[in-house]
Amino acid sequence: MATRDAYGEALLELGKKRKDIVVLDADLSGSTKTGKFAKAFPERFFNIGIAEQDMIGTAAGLALAGKLPFASTFAVFETGRAWEQVRQTICYSNLNVKLVATHGGISVGEDGASHQATEDIALMRVLPNMTVIVPSDGNETKQVINAISEYYGPVYVRLGREKVPMVMPDHYEFKIGKAYVFHIGKDVNIVATGIMVSKALEASKILNNEGIDVGVINMSTLKPLDTEILLKAAKASALIITAEEHSIIGGLGSAVTEFLSESHPISIHRMGLKDAFGCSGRPEELLKYYGLTPEDITKTIKIALKK
Amino acid sequence: MQHQIIRRERDVSFLEKQARLVRVEILKMLSLAGSGHTGGSLSAADIVTVLYFSKMRHRPHEPMWKERDRFILSKGHAAPLLYAVLAMTGYFDISVLKTLRKLGSPLQGHPCSRLLPGVEISTGSLGQGLSVSNGIALGLKLDNLSSRVYCLLGDGEIQEGQVWEAAMTAAHYRLDNLCAIIDLNGLQIDGPVSQVKAIEPVDSKWLAFGWHVIKIDGHNMAEILNSLDEVERVKEKPTVIIAHTIKGKGVSFFEGKVEYHGIAPTKEELMKALKELSEEGG
Repeated sequence: MATRDAYGEALLELGKKRKDIVVLDADLSGSTKTGKFAKAFPERFFNIGIAEQDMIGTAAGLALAGKLPFASTFAVFETGRAWEQVRQTICYSNLNVKLVATHGGISVGEDGASHQATEDIALMRVLPNMTVIVPSDGNETKQVINAISEYYGPVYVRLGREKVPMVMPDHYEFKIGKAYVFHIGKDVNIVATGIMVSKALEASKILNNEGIDVGVINMSTLKPLDTEILLKAAKASALIITAEEHSIIGGLGSAVTEFLSESHPISIHRMGLKDAFGCSGRPEELLKYYGLTPEDITKTIKIALKK
Repeated sequence: MQHQIIRRERDVSFLEKQARLVRVEILKMLSLAGSGHTGGSLSAADIVTVLYFSKMRHRPHEPMWKERDRFILSKGHAAPLLYAVLAMTGYFDISVLKTLRKLGSPLQGHPCSRLLPGVEISTGSLGQGLSVSNGIALGLKLDNLSSRVYCLLGDGEIQEGQVWEAAMTAAHYRLDNLCAIIDLNGLQIDGPVSQVKAIEPVDSKWLAFGWHVIKIDGHNMAEILNSLDEVERVKEKPTVIIAHTIKGKGVSFFEGKVEYHGIAPTKEELMKALKELSEEGG
């Protein structure tokens, strides 16, 4: 299940329970899956057309009128096109607006770089009052949507276009700001987010078979960062790998590096887009092209461990 | 000095007197602050006075009253004007106006809603207030509340593309509880609007976007009152009041001067201006 599909379902369920929820979209409700909510609750759905800046402002106004707005479009437009509206109107005023964007990262595929958000986490993470979440699978996405509806304040949630495997265990309970530890490794720990969690888990299986103790942490909340878990991981192993479908500048890699360099400096390797745009191609092809496969992770770890 | 609070007053001479006092407070706070936007605060002073002292239903001692009418200052640089009417209608003590732009003050250089009750939304980055106003208007309709939303824009501000996105949204959703007011003073920081980047014909632009358009003299109290009455009779579409104004209105040596867009009066200028305003008051 793609995380965007989980969003569509979660939003529909939430809409049944809470009458204060309103949804806005900018002519992409079929792709973002807000269309499900729109069909069930047309009076609480506002298509603002191809006008993202106006959508963010309208969402702010609905929040001021006591509603709980979810505003959705592609991540590149939600965070890039409307960044200043998010800054000035939502974050500066600390409004209860939920920005849930789909089509994050290069796994968007064929549409190419114009539609692949690879800087969105950086753009949102830098804003005061903003919370940033990147769920790893459908189950976690549903929990994230419920959790943020109970939380007051601006939140950015980045979802994907492609189907992703279920990686989180059945008993998992998402809490804002809490990372999930699959395992803490003695040799290396991979801190991953979004679709890279499943890639990290695959990489850890390969290396564990070769006798390397690899830990995996799902850092689904990038802000506020779960520094407690990070410190634990950094103290357990001398090497940390960060893995994200985003630029290595400003995203998870930066967040982890910023914290650990001040608190517990160790060797960190950031995996992600190395100051580059994406391009067209099939999602799996692109992950390979940009070095974000489980094999790339194992290779990076082996090289780093030899140093 | 504590001003008397009388609201929903339609007496023109009373409103003219309040507007004069509003201008006095604007000039005093700007002069003390040593910086800020004089011209655009003065040009819209009559309109905003009528809104706060006459037209809007609001409760200064209950700023979050659910059924209040909303005022959104999209041209956030006219913050001194908003602060003056908020203080004079009783939202906070008038002595706070002295703290404008000072460290720790709730009166930020541009309005900040987190710090000052009565400010509905933080503004200052131009072009964003109309979208917010639309959202509030939509929310009020969902709750079947009859409250209205008034949004004040600058004329230079409508060069921002987002204004026109919002103009389309308001017409599409038939927001007849929304009124935009354009403070058409003809000047922006870099010079006359017509020279920087022409916006005329303003009325036919809004007409073409599906709005009801009213044109008034933005310094004529009777015209302001009548236009705001007309707004309430318009159904199924939003209304824009295009208010022809004079930048720096009320102080002869500021009027129509582009250089007073973004600077505050000196002490000498303040004394001269206050003298003019008091003579005008008779």
